[in-house]
Amino acid sequence: MVNENLVKDVVKEPYKYGFVTDIETEKIAKGLNEEIIRLISQKKDEPKYLLDFRLKAFKKWQKMKEPDWAGLGYKQIDYQDIIYYSAPKQKEKISSLDEVDPKLLETFDKLGIPLTEQKKLTNVAVDAVFDSVSIATTFREELAEHGVIFCSISEAVKNHSDLIEKYLGTVVPASDNYFAALNSAVFSDGSFVYIPKGVTCPMDLSSYFRINSGDSGQFERTLIIAEESSSVSYLEGCTAPMFDTNTLHAAVVELIALDDASIKYSTVQNWYAGDEEGVGGIFNFVTKRGKCLGKRSKISWSQVETGSAITWKYPSCLLLGEESVGEFYSVALTNNLQQADTGTKMIHIGPKTKSTIVSKGISAGNSINSYRGLVKMGTKAKGSRNYSQCDSMLIGDQASANTFPYIKSQQPNSEIEHEASTCRISEDQLFYLQSRGIEFEEAVSMMVSGFCRDVFNQLPMEFAAEADKLLALKLEGSVG
Amino acid sequence: MQSKMKESEPILEVENLSASTDNLPILKGVSLTVYPGEIHAIMGRNGCGKSTLSKIIAGHPSYNITNGDIKFLGENINSLEPEERAQSGIFLGFQYPIEIPGVSNLEFLRVSTNARRKFLNKEELDTFDFEELVKEKLEIVKMDHAFLSRSVNQGFSGGEKKRNEILQMALLEPKIAILDETDSGLDIDALRIVASGIKKISNAQTGIILITHYQRLLDEIEPNYVHVMSDGQIIKTGESDLALELEEKGYEWTDNFVKET
Repeated sequence: MVNENLVKDVVKEPYKYGFVTDIETEKIAKGLNEEIIRLISQKKDEPKYLLDFRLKAFKKWQKMKEPDWAGLGYKQIDYQDIIYYSAPKQKEKISSLDEVDPKLLETFDKLGIPLTEQKKLTNVAVDAVFDSVSIATTFREELAEHGVIFCSISEAVKNHSDLIEKYLGTVVPASDNYFAALNSAVFSDGSFVYIPKGVTCPMDLSSYFRINSGDSGQFERTLIIAEESSSVSYLEGCTAPMFDTNTLHAAVVELIALDDASIKYSTVQNWYAGDEEGVGGIFNFVTKRGKCLGKRSKISWSQVETGSAITWKYPSCLLLGEESVGEFYSVALTNNLQQADTGTKMIHIGPKTKSTIVSKGISAGNSINSYRGLVKMGTKAKGSRNYSQCDSMLIGDQASANTFPYIKSQQPNSEIEHEASTCRISEDQLFYLQSRGIEFEEAVSMMVSGFCRDVFNQLPMEFAAEADKLLALKLEGSVG
Repeated sequence: MQSKMKESEPILEVENLSASTDNLPILKGVSLTVYPGEIHAIMGRNGCGKSTLSKIIAGHPSYNITNGDIKFLGENINSLEPEERAQSGIFLGFQYPIEIPGVSNLEFLRVSTNARRKFLNKEELDTFDFEELVKEKLEIVKMDHAFLSRSVNQGFSGGEKKRNEILQMALLEPKIAILDETDSGLDIDALRIVASGIKKISNAQTGIILITHYQRLLDEIEPNYVHVMSDGQIIKTGESDLALELEEKGYEWTDNFVKET
């Protein structure tokens, strides 16, 4: 049908974050061995326990095998051909933003994340990470007044070592999986958030991850701790330049919520996806997990995944505390030769725990988009409930969508509900909108947005607008 | 009165139109001219090509025009996109209005109205101004404001869907409206609401084509002309009493007609 081709044209994606910042960087030699790990740790001036943590993780990683159960097809990764530390050269100690290389500030400006005092976003604090290091964190003083700690994880290691030692690796152990082990061995920077007891974080916190270098991987690590009766909303964005090589991104995110605490973690992932022939793009292997440790605690993941050549990501919740709540809201859009295998694990351990999963996958081009999720009711999860809804939308006739729900219940007194659907943008729907004067492109965009509505409603306001724009941008193109 | 109408230029001219889908001929030489202020009814059995004719006029991509022309306000529109036709003032009321999950009816109506307004060089309406306009138009079809916050046609009853179609017609103020079995599936009350809505919206400048099986809509809206279609052709054209005769004698009566012209 003519319209099928038009739809394909419409989903052609322009990537506007593909520029490279020309900046002098300090890079260590390619390759991965104990020496390299010691060097990274030394560069960051880390305490011994952290070096030990890294080395132990490295030993475990060496014994592990890259997972292949997701059935993703990609070129073998040569782990010795990657640079594990790359940082823009700048002064040793930066006391204010004035000392940050203007080129870096300009880069973040261009990405829509202005950092300087005059221009910074007014209602959200930002931690900007460039390759392996954090460049700047805004609103630190204002947050400190409320006792909120928001800084790079390297800084937290120096200034809040007790918290790092207590919590690092407690949600995602170094041996958890291949990529988590790799990250634990070589992680460079990322964000650290601590919300003290009873505090509602006065503004949204946000990290922006930028990969600039083509031959170095990014291995950030984020740790968020919400003490009793505290709450925080955290946003994460990411982009990378267009290279014809593949760059590895293997991050670990750990969230901990104590009694009555709530963490909302939202991601808009827009790493470079590779070109139409599938050349280049980021390999995105990420382990994100939250632990609802406290009673009535709540962790909510929302994600809009539009980039990366490969996405392998399952933001999960361990529901330990009685009546704790886990949520996962996801939109994943794949096009051309992108492959996404994403979903969640909701592990119900404590009684009366509750989880909700809403996943919307949109596959266009020749892409493969899979939802993979596990809902597990442990022996003590009496009176627990899960609701899952997984919807797929296919655009064109070459794309594929899969749903792999795994359900394990060891507790008869619990409820698990799973709904799934697959749809296609029909010619009749398009014609209906067009026959009301709505342009073809806008019609497609409206329907895709409509399909994602349940998830967009969960995103913080500004993020929702950004996500809508991002999808519209991805769907932009010439109509016949 | 009739001759006076014809002093003006026609809105729609369908000239010897043949069309097919998947190489299957559906229309076999249809001609129809609509002048401002005229109401035409097209009747005929299921599968005679009535709905196809309406879709082709609106630009449905599944049909190929194999012969003939469609002219709107004197211009040939054979190759225009459906949205261009809609923007310039052609409206198709769907027999089965389509559900669009997740897209709010209000937003849909606003985008659609603005697309038409833009074509007319009128200012586009923001959410607030549009709310005002739509409130006024809701009166015409006696619809509740709550319809606006629901997804387009999703979960609407048959009657609600049809009223939503007429609401769209009221907002878009088309030059010509082709209403495809707008009366089907309506109870008497809903039929009256829809019929009076259509009458309120139309005026001496607009043309209307009613596609219907039944006399009961034509009791409410009296047509100037009635056309009977069979096997992709208009086989008989008359005035409103033709519909009554058809009601009385059934379509079997028309089987004996030879194509007129």
